[in-house]
Amino acid sequence: MNQPTEPNSFRTGPDEQGMFGIFGGRFVAETLMPLILDLQRHWDEAKNDPSFKAELSDLSTHYAGRPSKLYYAEGLTRHLRDVSAAKGLGGGAKIYFKREDLNHTGSHKINNCLGQILLAKRMGKTRIIAETGAGQHGVASATVAARFGFPCFVYMGATDVERQKPNVFRMKLLGAEVRPVSAGHGTLKDAMNEALRDWVTNVHDTYYLIGTAAGPHPYPELVRDFQSVIGTEARAQILEQEGRLPDMIVAAVGGGSNAIGLFHPFLDDRSVKIVGIEAGGRGLDGIEHCASMSAGKPGVLHGNRTYLLQNDDGQILDGHSISAGLDYPGVGPEHSWLRDSGRVDYVPILDDEALEAFQLTTKVEGIIPALESAHAIAHAVKVAPEMGKDKVMIVNLSGRGDKDVHTVAKMLGMEI
Amino acid sequence: MTTTRIDRRMAKLKAEGRPALVTYFMGGDPDYETSLSIMKALPKAGSDIIELGMPFSDPMADGPAIQAAGLRALKAGQTLARTLEMAREFRAGDNDTPIVMMGYYNPIYIYGVDRFLTDAVASGIDGLIIVDLPPEMDAELCIPALKAGINFIRLISSNASDIRLKQQLGQASGFVYCVSTHGTTGLATPDPQKVRQLVRRIRAFTALPVCVGFGIKSADDVQTFGAIADGVVVGSEIVHAIARGVAMGSAAASVGAFVSDLGNAVRSVPRAPRIE
Repeated sequence: MNQPTEPNSFRTGPDEQGMFGIFGGRFVAETLMPLILDLQRHWDEAKNDPSFKAELSDLSTHYAGRPSKLYYAEGLTRHLRDVSAAKGLGGGAKIYFKREDLNHTGSHKINNCLGQILLAKRMGKTRIIAETGAGQHGVASATVAARFGFPCFVYMGATDVERQKPNVFRMKLLGAEVRPVSAGHGTLKDAMNEALRDWVTNVHDTYYLIGTAAGPHPYPELVRDFQSVIGTEARAQILEQEGRLPDMIVAAVGGGSNAIGLFHPFLDDRSVKIVGIEAGGRGLDGIEHCASMSAGKPGVLHGNRTYLLQNDDGQILDGHSISAGLDYPGVGPEHSWLRDSGRVDYVPILDDEALEAFQLTTKVEGIIPALESAHAIAHAVKVAPEMGKDKVMIVNLSGRGDKDVHTVAKMLGMEI
Repeated sequence: MTTTRIDRRMAKLKAEGRPALVTYFMGGDPDYETSLSIMKALPKAGSDIIELGMPFSDPMADGPAIQAAGLRALKAGQTLARTLEMAREFRAGDNDTPIVMMGYYNPIYIYGVDRFLTDAVASGIDGLIIVDLPPEMDAELCIPALKAGINFIRLISSNASDIRLKQQLGQASGFVYCVSTHGTTGLATPDPQKVRQLVRRIRAFTALPVCVGFGIKSADDVQTFGAIADGVVVGSEIVHAIARGVAMGSAAASVGAFVSDLGNAVRSVPRAPRIE
C-alpha cells in the first residue's frame, strides 16, 4: 500500500512556489501576479526586519491587548464532568479557553490586520480593501485602517450584511465603506470574488487585506504567521499553568485562520491531538453545510488549490452555516495538506450543536462566544466527557458572540 | 509545434493586410441550441477567431455581463463536457475558423487535464485562455496543452515588468492577448495611447500576433484598436447583444447583426505599418 511518508516536521511549508504538497499555489489572473510577487518581496524583508517585529509587537501589546489569557473554563469543565458521571464514566477533561474574544475588536482577526496594515504602509499603498463574512475581519480591517489613516472598502455578501447588522454599523462608524455583494448566496465567497475584482481594477494603490489563511501565496503563509501568536502564547501558557502540553487542541475552521494560528506551534508536538471543526450546517447528507474537507474535494478557487465544495463539473457550491464566519465553501490550503497528511483531524459540528454550545457557555461560564467559536466548544462538549479527568484540552475562543445575538434570538424564536 | 488553425488564420489576415476580429461568447448562453446557432453565425458575420467561453460559478476577472452570461448558461445545464460537444458540432460544419476556449481552471482540473486535452483535440479546439493560470502554474495545463498541440494564449497586462513579459512570452503561442485596461471584462474604455505603448512593448519580445481585448465595445473601437494591433477581441458587448436578442426572441440574428458591423469595421481599418 502507498503509505504517505511522515515528514520530519509539519512546520516547514509552504515551498518556494507557495505549495503545501499539492495545495496552495498562485492561481490568479496575470494582472495580479506583479502585486503578489511584490507583496512576497516585502513580506520576506519585513519578517526578518527587527523594526517591523518591534512595531507589531508594541501594537499587539498596547493596542490589541496581547497576550490574550489562557483561561481555565471551570464552569464548563465541572458541567461536563457531571455529564460524564451521569454516563457512569467518571471522567471529563480539563478545558481551557484561549481568550481571543478579549482582543481589541473582539476576535483573533486583529492579529492579522495589524500585521498586514504595517505591510501595506511599508509598501506605500494608500487604499485598503477587504472581504468579510461575519464582519469580524471587516471590523478589524476598518479598525486598523482608521488607526493608520487609510481609506477602507469592505466587500460583504448581502446575506451577511443582513445577519450581521451590528458589525456593519461598526465598520461604518470606523469610516469604512461597506459594499454589499448580491451575487451567489451573498456570502463570503461572493465577497471575495468582488474584492479580487476591485484589486484587479486598482492595481497601483490598493492593498488587499485578506482575512483568512487562504488565497494566493504568500497570503496563507503570512496570515498564518501573524495568527501563530495564538498558539505560541497558548503553548507557553499551558506549560506554565499545567506544567505540560495539552492532550488536545480544538479550533473552528472556516477559512481557517484562528485554527492554523493555534495549531501551527503545536504541529510537531506529536502527543497533542489536533482537531479542526468544520461547519456541518444542517448535516452532511445534503448541500447545506460548509464542511469542505469532510465532504468536498480538491479544486482551485480564489488563488489556491484546496478542498472545495463543488459539483461534478467543478462549479463551486454555496454551502450553508448558521455562522457567517464559517460560511465558505473552501478552506486554507495548509489545512488541506494537514488533513491529507493525517496530522490534524477535521470533523463537522451541526448548526444545532453549535447553538447549544453557545447557550451552554453563556450559562455556565458567563461568556458569550461567537457562533464560530461555539462550533469548537461543541466538539469539546462531545468529547470531553469521554476523556479522563487528567486530560487537558485547549479550545480556541476565537471571538465574542455579541455580533450573533440577533441570529441566535431568531433561531430561538425570540424578539429583541 | 506544428502550425495550428490560429497560425494559418493569422497568416492569411496578414496577407490580406487587416487585423483579426476575435469574438467571445459564453458557451451555453442562454441555452445549448441557441448558443450553438450563435457560434455558427459568427464566422458568417465576419468573426475570424471564436473565443468559446466556459462558464464558471466564480469568474473573478469578469465584469457583470460575463458573470451573468455564465450563470445563465449554468442554469440551462451547461457543463464543460457540453461546451466541448458544442465545439465538436460546430467543427463538423467549419474546419477553418479557430476556436479558443476561455475560462477558469477548476472545471478543467475536475474534468481531468489529460482527459480534457484529449477531448479538446477531438473537438477541434485550437487554443486555451485560462484566466487563473499565470506562468508560475505552467506545469498544470500550459505545458501539457502545448504537447497536445493546443496553443496556450497569454493574457498580458501593462503592469508586467520587462522581465515578466519575457518570462510570459517564452511559452506563448497562437497569439498574445493584450489586456487593454486594469480591471474586469467589459467595463472601462481603454486609452489608445497606453494600448499602443503596451503593444509595442509586447512586440519587442515576440513575433506572435497581438490582439487587444477588455473594454472594446463598438465598431469605432474596433477601428481604433485594430489600427494599433493585429487583432481586437470583443466579448461583453456580444454577450449583451445575445441577452438583447433573447429578449426579442432572435439571439443569433441579433448577434449576427452586431458582429457584422464589427466585421465591416475590421475590414476597413487603415492598416498601420507594424512598428518594430
